[in-house]
Amino acid sequence: MLSRVADAIFWMNRYIERAENVARFLDVNQNLSLGFHGGYQTQWEPLIRTTGDLEKFTELYDEEYSQHNVVRFLTFDENNPNSIVSCLKLARENARRVRDNLSVAMWEAINKCYLRVKEFSRKSSTIDNVQELLDLVKEQSQLIVGACETTLSHSDAWNISRLGRFIERADKTSRIVDVKYYILLPRITDVGGNLDVVQWAALLNSASGLQMYRRKYGRIDPDRVVEFLLLDREFPRSMHFCLIHAEIALRSMTGSQPTAYSNRAEQLLGQIKSRLNYASVRDIINGGLHEFVDSFQLQLNELGEEIHAAFYGEKTAKQSQTQQQSSFSY
Amino acid sequence: MFQNYQPVNTFDELIANPGVSRFENVTNRLNQLSFEELKLRQQATEQRMEDLGITFAVYGHKSGTEKIWPFDIIPRVIARQEWTKIEAGLRQRIFALNLFIQDIYNDQKIIKDGIIAEEMIQTAATFRKQCIGHTPPKGVWTHITGTDLIRHSDGEMYVLEDNLRCPSGVSYVLENREVMKRILPEFFEGESIAPVNDYPEQLLNTLLATAPDNVVSPVAVVMTPGIYNSAYFEHSFLAQEMGIELVQGSDLFVNNGFVYMKTTRGPKKVDVIYRRIDDTFLDPDEFNEDSMIGVPGIMAVHRQGNVTLANAPGTGIADDKAIYAFVPQIIKYYLNEDAIINNVPTFICSDPVQRQHVLENMHNLVIKPTNEAGGYGIVLGPHASAQELEDCKQLILADPRNYIAQPMLALSTVPTICGDVLEPRHVDLRPFILLGGNQAENIYVLPGGLTRVALKKGSIIVNSSQGGGSKDTAVIG
Repeated sequence: MLSRVADAIFWMNRYIERAENVARFLDVNQNLSLGFHGGYQTQWEPLIRTTGDLEKFTELYDEEYSQHNVVRFLTFDENNPNSIVSCLKLARENARRVRDNLSVAMWEAINKCYLRVKEFSRKSSTIDNVQELLDLVKEQSQLIVGACETTLSHSDAWNISRLGRFIERADKTSRIVDVKYYILLPRITDVGGNLDVVQWAALLNSASGLQMYRRKYGRIDPDRVVEFLLLDREFPRSMHFCLIHAEIALRSMTGSQPTAYSNRAEQLLGQIKSRLNYASVRDIINGGLHEFVDSFQLQLNELGEEIHAAFYGEKTAKQSQTQQQSSFSY
Repeated sequence: MFQNYQPVNTFDELIANPGVSRFENVTNRLNQLSFEELKLRQQATEQRMEDLGITFAVYGHKSGTEKIWPFDIIPRVIARQEWTKIEAGLRQRIFALNLFIQDIYNDQKIIKDGIIAEEMIQTAATFRKQCIGHTPPKGVWTHITGTDLIRHSDGEMYVLEDNLRCPSGVSYVLENREVMKRILPEFFEGESIAPVNDYPEQLLNTLLATAPDNVVSPVAVVMTPGIYNSAYFEHSFLAQEMGIELVQGSDLFVNNGFVYMKTTRGPKKVDVIYRRIDDTFLDPDEFNEDSMIGVPGIMAVHRQGNVTLANAPGTGIADDKAIYAFVPQIIKYYLNEDAIINNVPTFICSDPVQRQHVLENMHNLVIKPTNEAGGYGIVLGPHASAQELEDCKQLILADPRNYIAQPMLALSTVPTICGDVLEPRHVDLRPFILLGGNQAENIYVLPGGLTRVALKKGSIIVNSSQGGGSKDTAVIG
């Protein structure tokens, strides 16, 4: 596969995954904000922290974390490079560049997804009734993934699609954990204290994990929730799961043997994954969850750069908190 | 639906006279649909085209660079019997032109025999000195040709341009047919219509067959200037349909006499490049040194015979509109046959006698630069103001070699959905011809081709960049 194409497919998938994750965050927050008069003050600021775009937000909206501003910022604001519309636009731009490498079904799904969401953005009332849009984005994203799984040969393009998708998802799950955990348990001594089951359930829901969590652990327990989202080997949005499958995808492309590595990206990915392989949730919390997640995110960013280097032969410049495609090559 | 259709004062491809169809089966079947229904189908095609991303880019267009190319669902029909003759004419023409180009860059017999003046060749902007003495693999220069044909009011077909460089539009032929089958299946019922969907296979065959000698499993690619090119959709479509890589100049490099592409598994040798970029951008070492979309050193590899460029650089010489005037003689010279399809009578302004005729009759003529494509720079004498004609005259006098003139030919019409009625709109026809070797049997002609339609009333400018659309073209019988 052409190096340029690999890069474009990698980012195309990251942007689609990113858009879907933003839709999930918003969905959960939206849900929380309904039906609780007085008792619960839904916080919109953490949502912005989760996406890692606090700086961009305050630049555009000062510090007015109103529902309206946050929803606009995350959905249709083209000034926000990580809004749903921006992500889907970039995903489609990348897809256009490499559509000869995609199956027709996949291209059509991506193209339609962008066009449908774009159509939404023309209706002024959408901001206040965003639910339909969020459902659309989630549904379309799953259609794209479905087309990818069932119509694309499971070779390079498929592998790099998965690589992009899993790295993006691992990053987003880590952000959900970080931000929500921080709010739910402001002091380390609070661990094990009074639980706010509703909020914890919302945290799981943000990662679409409540149902699967219940089946595995039943009652809500903060340690278990953290363990589930960080270390579970079977839940497809847990950080560990994402890295296991990212590694399989990367190794399929390079053909290197297990436990050996053929480039820096493989080495780094192996290291990050190993850390999760043998970690215990107690150690992580005792050592500082935020610190753990923070270093995880930094490593993921470095991994993104190394993947670019492995396939492109050059490294990208240092990036902001949320990684972006370095540039389109013409 | 066709009962009230009024052909204008020219040849109509479907309705000979009010109420008289040239293809009764077709009009009878379409007549079973109400006009309202037809309009709904028309709207459905637009949605479908958007979903599939069948777009083209308009340079300098403000409302976004991508546009859906307008498609009208009333098809253009050609009888098999007539098509057989057109096809024979195209085969003859391409075969002769390929021999001509080979001769021009090598023995120049046609010059020595006094058919074409050497000066005419030397002064052509598209003559490439870099190609002198070169014979491309299998002797093929013009792998892909998209000849423009028009039908005059006398009912005869004429070749307007040969388009031997990077003709575009074939992807729309294939996509139009797919959309038609989905949206207007009634048209196909019980009819024998020549299929077009083997074109990608034929194109791939042509590319692989003309690979450099001694390459066992040739690797072919499509080369595009990039996503902002007006025909980018087509480039990616053809690569996708053929299952080969779509590359940009930056994906390729030259090393040790061969061309390679940069892949995730390291460099991979490329043997055949279906390049959709102009000669002058191919190689900054030899042509336009500012070209960012080319590949330094690729021309040297081409001359060594280690890579096939399709079409070969240099074919533009036969696209020169002054050279065009000689095509009937070219056919006679190389094949000893009379041209099967007519040439449009052409006055060459570099010839003093012909120039005088042109200057005296500008208001009746179409004046064209000899080396422009896409309809740019054309002056339609009968429609031009006195000032425009005067400007044009000065241009001709300043550089007579750069201009030719032709009589205004009427373009035939096809019924087209215009608001709430069917109206005649002018069309041309661009068939696509593939040449995969130096024998006549190596030629493939796509049945039908691209019908472009001028959507503006009375207009004869069919170019997509200037308000043209397209129609499905069905060879029936």
